Formats: sequence, C-alpha cells, structure tokens
Amino acid sequence: MSAVTHSAAIPIPDAAPLITVRNLSFRRGSRIIFENVDLAIPRGKITAIMGPSGTGKTTLLRLIGGQIRPDAGRIDVDGACVHELGRRELYQLRKRMSMLFQSGALFTDLSVYDNVAFPLREHTRLPESFIRTLTLMKLEAVGLRGARHLMPSELSGGMARRAALARAIALDPMMIMYDEPFSGQDPITMGVLVKLIRTLNDALGLTSIIVSHDVKETASIADYIYLISDGSVVDHGTPQALEHSRSGWVEQFLHALPDGPMSFHYPAPTYAHDLALAEGPALA
Amino acid sequence: MADSRVFPEPGKPALVQPEGAHYFCRGDWTLAGIEDLDSRLAGVNWPNKDLQLDGSGIGAIDTTGALRLLNLVAELERAGHPVTLIGLRPEQRALLDLVRERRADAGVSAPPLTRSNPLERLGRAFVSHAQAGLQFLGFVGEAAVSLVHALWRPDRLRWRALFGNIEDAGVRALPIIALLAFMLGIVIAYQGGQQLKIYGANIFIVELISLTMLRELAPLITAIIVAGRTGSAYTAQIGTMQITEEVDALRTIGIAPMDLLVLPKLLALVIALPLLTVFADALSLFGGMVMAQALLDVSFTDFLERVPRVVTLTSFLLGVGKAPVFAAIIALVGCYQGFHVRGGADSVGRQTTVSVVQSIFLVIAADALFSVVLGGIGL
Repeated sequence: MSAVTHSAAIPIPDAAPLITVRNLSFRRGSRIIFENVDLAIPRGKITAIMGPSGTGKTTLLRLIGGQIRPDAGRIDVDGACVHELGRRELYQLRKRMSMLFQSGALFTDLSVYDNVAFPLREHTRLPESFIRTLTLMKLEAVGLRGARHLMPSELSGGMARRAALARAIALDPMMIMYDEPFSGQDPITMGVLVKLIRTLNDALGLTSIIVSHDVKETASIADYIYLISDGSVVDHGTPQALEHSRSGWVEQFLHALPDGPMSFHYPAPTYAHDLALAEGPALA
Repeated sequence: MADSRVFPEPGKPALVQPEGAHYFCRGDWTLAGIEDLDSRLAGVNWPNKDLQLDGSGIGAIDTTGALRLLNLVAELERAGHPVTLIGLRPEQRALLDLVRERRADAGVSAPPLTRSNPLERLGRAFVSHAQAGLQFLGFVGEAAVSLVHALWRPDRLRWRALFGNIEDAGVRALPIIALLAFMLGIVIAYQGGQQLKIYGANIFIVELISLTMLRELAPLITAIIVAGRTGSAYTAQIGTMQITEEVDALRTIGIAPMDLLVLPKLLALVIALPLLTVFADALSLFGGMVMAQALLDVSFTDFLERVPRVVTLTSFLLGVGKAPVFAAIIALVGCYQGFHVRGGADSVGRQTTVSVVQSIFLVIAADALFSVVLGGIGL
C-alpha cells in the first residue's frame, strides 16, 4: 500500500455516478431507518455498503430497486428518479438492475436451467435454441453448467447463490445488487463468490453494490465502502483509507470489537423495571 | 443437632443450623434444586440477632443460586436481621459480586406500566380492521387494472398457468364436490321428505330439492369447498414464495407478481367455479332423486319430468351467476393474504387460516346480499 490517503473525507470518485442518493429519509412506523443519507455509487466499480445487522442495508437496496418509496429525498438511477417513474418504466428499469438475494430466491418449482432461462423467456422472443446457448453460457460462467438439471432443493447454499447469480446476469443488466452474498458460507465458497463477483464485474462492465457485514471478504474486493449505522453514513472511503480511520466506531466495526461506541445492549427499559424492582430498595 | 425442617436431601440446596446464629449453606445452589429451597425456608424462625451465613459447604453455585442467596440476604436484612456472608471461595464470591453488580446496574425505577383498557383495545382493533379493509380494496383495484391490461393484450396472458390452475382448482375438485353435493341432496330430501310425507305431498319434494339446491345450496357449498381447498392453497403458495424472497426476485427480474401469480388464479377460478356449480347442481339433484324414490316413492321419471316445470331458467342462472362473484372473492382473498405473509413459516399457517375464514365469511355475506337485492327486484 503506497500513497494512501488518510482522510475519510475522500471526494466521491468519478464524474457521473450510476446511482445518487440525496437526503434520503425513511422510517417504519416511528422507527427511523434512514435520516438524510447521501450516497453515490460509481459506474463500473464495486461499492460496498456495510454496517451492523438491522441498520437497514437491505432496505436501502429495496429503496434503490423502487420496491418501497422514501419518505423524503430522492434516488436517481442512471439519470432517472426511481420513485417518480411510472409502473411500466419502473419495470423497464428493473430489467437493467439485477439483484442477488440472500437466500438465492431461486424459483423452487423450476430446475436450475429453467431458473436461468426464466428472465430470457419472459422478456424476449428469442428462439429456444438461442435461449439455450445464452443460458448455458451464463451457467458456465458460474461453473454450474453440469448442475443444470438439478432442482433448487438439491443445491448446497453456495451453489444456490451461484445459480441465482447466473439468473441475475441472464438479461445482461447494467448493475447487480448483492444482498449479503457471503453470509453463512464456508471459506472455500466465500472465496469462490468473491472471485466470481470481481470477475463478473470487470468482464461484463457491471456496476456492483454489495451489502454485507463480512468485513474481510467485502473489503478485499470493494473499490469503495460506505459504512452505515443508526440511519446515517458514518464514514466512507476506499478500503485502505477506512483501515486508517480514526473514528472509534469504524475501528470497532472493521476490527470486530465486541464493545465500543456501538453498545452491546439493545435499547431497553431500565433494568430495575424489568426485574420488577420498581419500588423497594436495590439489593444488598 | 440440625433443624429438621431445613435438613436437605443430598445435593439439594439447604441451610443447616448447627448452633445459634451460625447457618451453614449446603448442597448445590443451582437452578435444578433451587425451587425446593423456598418451601424449606418458609417455616424457619430466624433468631433475633446478627446472623452468619457460612458458604463453605456450598458444592456448586450458578447465577440462579447466587441470586437466591442474595435475595435471602436482602429479605433477612429487610426483616431486621443483619447478615454476614462468610466462608465463600473466591470464585463463588466473584459470581456473587457479578450478580449483585448486574442487579445494581438496574438504576432508578421506571414509571409503572400503562395497561390498555378494553375501550382502547376495541378502538385499536377497529382502526386496524378498517385499515386492512382499505388495503384489501387497494389490492382489488390493482388486480382489476392488471385484468383490464391483460384482457386488452390477451397474447400477454399466461395461458399455460391459466390452464394449469383450471385443472388444479376445477378438474381435481370434481370428486370431492360430487360426493358432498350428492350427500347434501340426500340430507335435504330426507329432512324435507319426512315433513312432506305427513301431508301426503310427496311430489313436492321436487320443488324443495331443485329450488333450494340450484338457487342456494349448490353454489354455496361449492364455493365453500373451493375456498377451503384452493383459496388456502393460493395463500400458502404465494406466502411461501414471499418467505423465500421469490416474489421479490420476480419484481427484480421485472415481472409484476400480480400478472404472474394473481391473474391466472383469478381467471381460472372465475371460469372453473360456475362449471363446478353446474356439476354440483346435477349431483345434488341426483342425490335428492335417489332419496325421493327410496323414501317417498317418487320415481326417477316423475322427478325428472317435474324438474323443468318447477325450476325456471332464471332460478338456475341466478345460482350459477353467483359463482363467478364467489370465485373472485376466494381468489382475491387467497392471494391477498399470501402477499401478507411476513417472517417465517408460522405466518404462512396464520394467513392461510385467515384466508379461509375470510373468504367463507365474505362468500356467505355476498350470498345474503344477493338474496336481499334479488328479492328486492322481484327475482
């Protein structure tokens, strides 16, 4: 690591980001999920969004995908404001922005082959022989050409994710959003997925967003990282820059320290209240 | 020597009092034995002076035991007996300190819990039901828009899914509908026949059976069976897809779940249910016919000759005409509840139950509405 910038306030890279999020606010009931969040996802890069569980990382992906609407602020994807699009335009946009779900979300009643062919059959009128070539190509890219006859229930977790990845690139999207791609995978599978995400991103000229809390794997492939906690962006920068961040929180998160600025305890009524000590003296 | 009331079984936690104000703690003060201790301690007369609790006899102690010991000390001190704890091993002392510390963390007391009163609960229930009703209306509207789009461009309709659903909901339901409609015919004929026989009005069994069945009971029983059989399956299928994120995956692939999952089911049921109703009409008439001959000596020929004379085309069409409405209710409620599955497998079960109960309720309510309205316009 040579001339590493040590400041967290690195300007957001590249001129025209693929996705810009401005002043985003979103709440569920009275719980604030995001408050005035600003993000920019650069084209052709792998951007990671990291943070503790329950900070709404997946919600952010849903907001970008237009599945839910923000309470305030705006999200632009490739120049179009997602939540101002009509239904038809939104579905057009979604064809170009793919998503890999945590569970894979393969259609359980279709074989691996049919799962990958599904988007092509739905959205194109290509002849079946051509679809077959395309599908086998995508399966080859994730190393599952031989497993095309298996049903999703017969796949291991890692294979299911790779099959889902093949489906996600079936329509040659401009971007892929990965929701916790590494969670619950053994080290070898993790390595395979890390390499696959990087290769696909560079080979197909994609833009990738990874939502994850697997620090090591994510930091190893991300070009840029946003750290989110308690509804706002805590810090952002290249992995190398964040490594040297002075923020106590960033250090706690990246180095997996059990306690720190992020409390170990979930917010709760006072302990005395829960122990029914509301009246009477505290113990001896 | 020892106080018999507190004398322990081996291993159970206990207090032993060899002399004066000096108590020995004995046994394992662990979760396994701690509940017996309370009863054994209940009758102890504590001497009215400073007490010493000696922990050197404690075999094992866990957090429960430590808490009980601390509570005991606190109770005694509150009752005016100063207590000294002696003889604890360092690791036991450390555990006790940890438990005491965690309790001391408690801090100041919180305000008492506010309990909701029945009126408030009633209000909340009303509001949540009203919201659910509005949401359902929104869903119906969305489905209607998709339906219009689909009928405008029939080539986009998912014909394969449509026919698959017709087979599942219609053809496969034939045996159970046949059996139940047949038995229902028998029951009505038997009950009615008993009364008609008294007046010698045997032949009127034909009116009784054909009108009640064709106009009311056959459409209703068919709808109820289909709600239990197919409506629940719709909820479970969509609900499971919701949990496995397949519904979300569809959206990200750029396919509206409404088009792929709801419309084929809705159309299939709207087509299948009237046909099933006609089938149930026939089978229930047959059941009534069999019973009429056995019980009332009304021959098949007499029965069949009389049916067209007493049943107007209007009655028959009204019965069959209700079926598409029932079908829409069942399909929409089933799908709507499926999309409302959240979290895990227990939610699928809960929404499936809700779906069946709601669709049967709405079917019967719609039927009542039909009766009132049709009666009002004189049909």
